[in-house]
Amino acid sequence: MTPLIGYLLLSAFLFAIGLAGALTRRNAIIVLIGIELMLNAANLNFIAFWRFSEHPEALTGIMFVIFAIGVAAAEAAVGLALIIAIYRHYKTTNLDEVDSLKG
Amino acid sequence: MDWIVKNLWLIPVLPMLAAGLSALAPQRCRKFSATLAIGSMVVSFLLSLCAFAHALHSVGHEGTKEVFNFTWLHFASGDAGVLKLGWVLDPLTAVMLVMVTFVGTLIFIYSTGYMAHDENFTRFFTFLSLFAGAMLGVVIANSLLLLFICWELVGLTSYLLIGFWYHKPSAAAAAKKAFITTRIGDVLFLIGIVWLYHASGTLLFYDNGQGCMEQSALVKMVAQTTGAGMAISTAIGLLIFAGAVGKSGQVPLHVWLPDAMEGPTPVSALIHAATMVAAGVFLVARVYPLMNTSLAWLSALAEPHPILPVGSPALTVITWVGAITAVFAASIAIAQNDIKRILAYSTVSQLGYMMMGLGVGGVAVGMFHLITHAFFKALLFLGAGSVIHGCHEEQDICRMGGLRKLMPITFATYAVGMLALCGVPLFFSGFWSKDEILHAAHGWNVSQVPFYLGAFGALLTAFYMTRQVARVFFRSCHPDLGRTTTSEQRTVEHGGEPASKHPHHELPPGVHESPASMTIPLVILAVCAGLLGFIGTPAWPWFQKFLEGEQVGALNFANFSEHGVVPLMIASSIIVFIGIGLGWYFFGRKGAPPPDGVDPVEKLRPDIYVLLRNKYFIDELYEATVIRFNGWFAMVCDFLDDIVWGGVVALVTCTTIGLSWVNTSIDNFVINLGFDQVCTGLRRDGSWLSLFQNGKVQRYLGVIGAALVVLVLLLIWGLKG
Repeated sequence: MTPLIGYLLLSAFLFAIGLAGALTRRNAIIVLIGIELMLNAANLNFIAFWRFSEHPEALTGIMFVIFAIGVAAAEAAVGLALIIAIYRHYKTTNLDEVDSLKG
Repeated sequence: MDWIVKNLWLIPVLPMLAAGLSALAPQRCRKFSATLAIGSMVVSFLLSLCAFAHALHSVGHEGTKEVFNFTWLHFASGDAGVLKLGWVLDPLTAVMLVMVTFVGTLIFIYSTGYMAHDENFTRFFTFLSLFAGAMLGVVIANSLLLLFICWELVGLTSYLLIGFWYHKPSAAAAAKKAFITTRIGDVLFLIGIVWLYHASGTLLFYDNGQGCMEQSALVKMVAQTTGAGMAISTAIGLLIFAGAVGKSGQVPLHVWLPDAMEGPTPVSALIHAATMVAAGVFLVARVYPLMNTSLAWLSALAEPHPILPVGSPALTVITWVGAITAVFAASIAIAQNDIKRILAYSTVSQLGYMMMGLGVGGVAVGMFHLITHAFFKALLFLGAGSVIHGCHEEQDICRMGGLRKLMPITFATYAVGMLALCGVPLFFSGFWSKDEILHAAHGWNVSQVPFYLGAFGALLTAFYMTRQVARVFFRSCHPDLGRTTTSEQRTVEHGGEPASKHPHHELPPGVHESPASMTIPLVILAVCAGLLGFIGTPAWPWFQKFLEGEQVGALNFANFSEHGVVPLMIASSIIVFIGIGLGWYFFGRKGAPPPDGVDPVEKLRPDIYVLLRNKYFIDELYEATVIRFNGWFAMVCDFLDDIVWGGVVALVTCTTIGLSWVNTSIDNFVINLGFDQVCTGLRRDGSWLSLFQNGKVQRYLGVIGAALVVLVLLLIWGLKG
């Protein structure tokens, strides 16, 4: 059986890919994809820690992750709606041009 | 209330309006301003006649004093904080109104002739109208405050008119002297007014029993005493009398009146003979109830049927001042050579008689002389003006002579005035009024000295008037008359026509009778000077009864036989004839010494003559005492101002400047610099920090990621430690 460290390394790798995508890409949709990747890395961590815990027979971990995936789906819908709103407003999805958050 | 009582204010306001209108008129509108002034005076005169008729009608009924009061201003809440003014119509007012407007109208008409050549004709009539308005205001005032306001206006116009020819230094100085000298009396008068207000709470004379001249207020004032044991009413009375002393030229404030003759002659006649100087006498008559209060009066009041006594400490002072002035001024008049100055001293002397009459005999005695004097003295001044005009501004009586042939109308009217002033019996008004004063003085219970002073004054009066008339109108003409060089220059100033314009063939050339506008007023005044005496004879004392608010009975010659009236009349007639005879002996008869030689009086007693010629050296005395003290005091004040107060001010200024300099340095180099540096630092740090806040979400996310890494590393190392 693959040891815990393997899952954790895979999860960290996934997270790093997601973070890099979210930080470096200019397209909002790619950024959203990166964010989803980071979320799934966290879910993978969750599952791994649950599977290697002292009482894996209680399905707490898997329940948590299923909920998180549900929430993530809703969040993705909200995020896409935001992107559409941004596009309608700015006529672009390039995040370098969307900088009205500054004071 | 009758229409005339309500609208009494029209009488003074009309001339004032005329003054205002002609003040706006340009200089060339001569006819306009003269017409306006005379017209307003005539209307005022007619209104005065209405008022007089009203007063005449109400004599004998209740309420001879009709008043109209109104609230002028509120200065505090309640009844005590209301200042009321008003006017009063009583016999005293009515008589004065008619006199002032009538004499004023005549003098206005005369002025059109006298001032015809003056370039400031409109200004003259402006001032004259303003004076008339103010004087009428004094007459109708029912409030001491209103009276004082008009009183000061009268003083102002007097100043303006004395200094009318202000380019003459002597006229400017005389105007200043008149103003300042009367101011001394007015300050005391004002103190008296304030005190009276403090003591009685009102300045209205008559206010249905609430006025300060009515019994309740008087009883209150006479019961209180000041520090020296004098009743408050007496002290206030004397302070008010001080104002009258200044205005009426009584000793010791008489010095301004002779100098006031620098003004045009109609001004001398109207202001400094007939009306304004009589305002002092009028004032005493107006506040007579206050003057006549004493402890004896208070105790007489308590009796069931009071017979109020005449005489009080204040009236005693008034009598003495008047009697001394009467003789004092008459004696100076003997040694003067200026035709107007003689009349000025005569005015001072006659005002003294009036004061004496008020003091010894009451309102009616003094006022009767005031009225008759106003007419004959205005007549004399206008006559003198006619003489001066005819002789081209010659005023020295030693340089005149023989004018009775050249100026017959002036001579005849002047003679009437002179005889009235001397008090020649029966047909001249001055006789009756002066005799009444002497009669009252004879019966005065305090002292007989004022009576003898008055009688001596009558002798002197007859003497100096005879001297003047003899010098001016009799004997032969002075060779220089009408062609003098000095007076020619004055003629140019006055604007008179040069002598050559009048082709008279008789000697001296240029001396002429005055125009009709000047002689007609003279004739009217002469008639009045003769006839007016008959309204106040002992047989028919209409004037006296009218002023006292009673009706006069029929003609009653039996009055002559009472209380030694006839002997006194005979005695005073003898005195007058002695005076005239002496004057004629010295100056008028054929063998008398020539006018440009040594004066006969000087030959007789040179020491006395020098004393009189120099007016008892009163001016010099004032120069050496009051004026020198004033100069010294001014120097002290100047020193205090310059060195002491100036030094203090300079010190304060320097300290302030030094302090503010220190303040500026602290501001600039400490506070501002510190703030500046703090601001610069803040701005720099802020711009550095704002690099993160560029509004791009990825930058924020990157920062969060970096912070997370740092946090994780810290946690790892922290757990290990």
